Amino acid sequence: MRFLKAAFLSAALLMPWPATAAKALNVDVSTFTLANGMQVVVIPDHRAPVVTHMVWYRAGAADEPEGEAGVAHFLEHLLFKGTPTFPAGQFSQVVRKNGGEENAFTDQDYTAYFQHIAKERLPLMMQMESDRMQNLILTDKEVLPERDVILEERRERTDNDPQSLLGEQLDAAMYTAHPYGKPVIGWRNQMEQLSKEDAISFYRKHYTPANAVLVVAGDVSRDEIEKLANEYYGKLKNTFEPKARARAAEPEPIAARRVIMSDPRAANPAVQRSYLGPSYSKALPREAEALDILAEILGGGATSRLYRKLVIQDQTASYTAAWFSGDHLDSGTFGVYGTPVPGGDVAKVEAGIDEVLADVLKNGVTTGEIERAKNKLLADTVYALDSQSSLARMFGAALTTGSTVADVLGWDKEVEAVTADDIKAAAIKVIDMRRSVTGVMTPTITATSGEPPQPVAPESSVN
Amino acid sequence: MRSVYRLIAVLLVFVAGLTPAFALDIKEVKSAKGVTAWLVEDHTIPLIAMSFSFSGGGAHDPKGKEGLAHFLTGMLDEGAGPLDSQAFQAKRDELAMKLSFESSLDHFEGTFQTLSRNRDAAFGLLKLALTYPHFDKAPMERVRGQFLIGAQQNREDPDRIASNAWMMAGFNDHPYARDSEGTPESIAAITTDDLKALHKALFTRKSLRLSVVGDIDAETLSRLLDESFGELPDTDPVAPPAAAIFAKGPSLKIIDRDIPQSIIMFGHDGILRSDKDFIPAYVMSFILGGGGFGSRLTTEIREKRGLTYGIGAGLYPLDHAGLFLGSVGTRNEKAKEAIDVTKDVMRRYAEEGPTADELADAKTYLTGSYALRFDSNAKIASQLLGIQQDDLGLGYINTRNDLIEAVTLDQARAQAKRLVRPDEMNITIVGRPVGVQAPGTAG
Repeated sequence: MRFLKAAFLSAALLMPWPATAAKALNVDVSTFTLANGMQVVVIPDHRAPVVTHMVWYRAGAADEPEGEAGVAHFLEHLLFKGTPTFPAGQFSQVVRKNGGEENAFTDQDYTAYFQHIAKERLPLMMQMESDRMQNLILTDKEVLPERDVILEERRERTDNDPQSLLGEQLDAAMYTAHPYGKPVIGWRNQMEQLSKEDAISFYRKHYTPANAVLVVAGDVSRDEIEKLANEYYGKLKNTFEPKARARAAEPEPIAARRVIMSDPRAANPAVQRSYLGPSYSKALPREAEALDILAEILGGGATSRLYRKLVIQDQTASYTAAWFSGDHLDSGTFGVYGTPVPGGDVAKVEAGIDEVLADVLKNGVTTGEIERAKNKLLADTVYALDSQSSLARMFGAALTTGSTVADVLGWDKEVEAVTADDIKAAAIKVIDMRRSVTGVMTPTITATSGEPPQPVAPESSVN
Repeated sequence: MRSVYRLIAVLLVFVAGLTPAFALDIKEVKSAKGVTAWLVEDHTIPLIAMSFSFSGGGAHDPKGKEGLAHFLTGMLDEGAGPLDSQAFQAKRDELAMKLSFESSLDHFEGTFQTLSRNRDAAFGLLKLALTYPHFDKAPMERVRGQFLIGAQQNREDPDRIASNAWMMAGFNDHPYARDSEGTPESIAAITTDDLKALHKALFTRKSLRLSVVGDIDAETLSRLLDESFGELPDTDPVAPPAAAIFAKGPSLKIIDRDIPQSIIMFGHDGILRSDKDFIPAYVMSFILGGGGFGSRLTTEIREKRGLTYGIGAGLYPLDHAGLFLGSVGTRNEKAKEAIDVTKDVMRRYAEEGPTADELADAKTYLTGSYALRFDSNAKIASQLLGIQQDDLGLGYINTRNDLIEAVTLDQARAQAKRLVRPDEMNITIVGRPVGVQAPGTAG
């Protein structure tokens, strides 16, 4: 993310919560492809005279060269620096003068830029966004301070926060070969060495119309966008022919891994486990949908299995969660999480989670649970209609992670078709300790009880 | 008697050279029992969003029971009316309704969303939560554990530590100085009777403010307002806290934490939202430290020097005290430079104020972007609630951009002189800042 608005008097985020977007939509989406190969998605919403204009590139942190962790995100920052037409910082100034909001974000599989602005300003936004797709000019005078900015961003989001550090270590332990193991922000030592040339090289290799997706949501029609997109993006010539992305293949996992981190800044112990699973685009039919339903059954609110067993019945945990993160190109993860009650034992929480998972593997889930989870997931697809920016993000993420517009629109049918057997099969395949990394956070001194620190296991430890 | 007032507010959007306008049709709906709501009817999608609030929040927590209002936010869906905790949660899931509560220092707020098809049942469940919450022992202890963990994490969170210390430096023993999420000790001291008493004191129709947006008409809403809120008492709202005066600086407090980035909060007293010069002051402060790119502080501290990922400063009006507050995070080695440059930027701005170009650019941004706050049911409901809490009136949306356009350079400069005072700041730093002066002298 290029800019984080300073949060005043804000509450701390209590736990990591990867977003699982609802994906089926009763909305009049259209899609087409320009002659140069750039895909376009239009999502009309005429309730307010504003638009969300996004350009997504099929390039993210997982596409970085070895040793240059963070360059995709660095380039994202640098794309605001200038072109001959809009030099030095003018991009943001023009957006601001026109009453627009803007930002950008980078993930493993994509980089995206957006503006939220009055609909009349859309042509100007397209002019600027298409311009910086090909005409970026960088000088060290701008690049070097920006490298300091991304290092500050890393301090703010990761180094100052032990939970983030643990999350980074969990990902690193999860992947043996695949680049999903490195953080999007980058490893500090590699970030410090990133140069203008590294950024330009990534730009030249990945930024071209055929490797981009335009998403426009808001007070627009397909016809208007077809005309504007052809005018501004259609005239761009490809500078290379994008090939299918082939990252280093992850070998089949064969051993459970454990990451134990002890940090005095962690107020409470917590346990989190991730299992390597399929992504939506690589899963068998209904497999990813089954994992979304299973995550809802295990961790969706106060009636979920983990909450009922650990928080209400055993009273060993205060918080529990489960999620499936499937919006990726190559693979997804299934995760579970628990925090012990104040002064409680994180080992008991982990044992409780294991018991719940073992029961699911042995006995499956009930029809009632499946119906309730489906009801919730399908309702979320209606709530998603209220936000044009969320809709735009949903389609952009899908199209840059190997899914199609039809996949997104057909998601509700797939969810409805999932059976108890589908869920059991997906659970048996994915919830397997050999596919897992377990992370345990222990405060150096337990704040409530004054007990000595938990022993630190030898495998992997970060301080 | 039921009466429906119909008013039309036109939201004007000024964009350089263009004046597109769109109408936001706001009705004031008053139910038979006298519950009043602002309604924007829009049947495009089958959803209804509602935001509401009662006067009173963390600033009303009894001493030693800090976090009580926050505790109440977690107890309203833990059993109500004929439903115990699990039955309530199951019903809420079955209806796929969204219901959450939060408390600020001055307000207790609820956010509610329902699918149209479950509308009446969802409003019915909301009524139980608001009117007949149980506060049963077992769920109460679960929620206490959750908030204890939250309070322990707050004690390690650099942003939270910095803002708490900064408020403490300015407000001393005024309730605004307390952490509204409480401390482990205060949360441990809260009893069922405390929750019951606070629920009774806060949840009164006299201080209720409501906004509703989406797939519902005035007549239906009028009926459902009585269904959800009609059985709340019509007693007087809680007494407001005493007016608070933020202590004059300079002061400097460093809180040692072993983190690589120092979190710095800086500022002094400001003005209330009701101040007659609030709008010129708001435009002025936006140019200095407002969100996104282009503010003087972001340009100098981030863009030119790479000292931070984010810096912001601006007016922060509480109901009974005004603040001018900023924050920045920078590596420990650069803390002194970040503070020095921030003060220099502020000093020059206080003396000279904005340029004509800066003022013109700020106006086009602030007026042009106003419409962006109104592009979803949930966002409109939240905006309309804020306008009610600030007592700006139903016509405010009409006039807000005119007020911004009317700000003159002289007015903005006068407000800069009045409200930007770098040498009177209270500064709080969490981290291991290098080269920053010892307490007592703010450099």
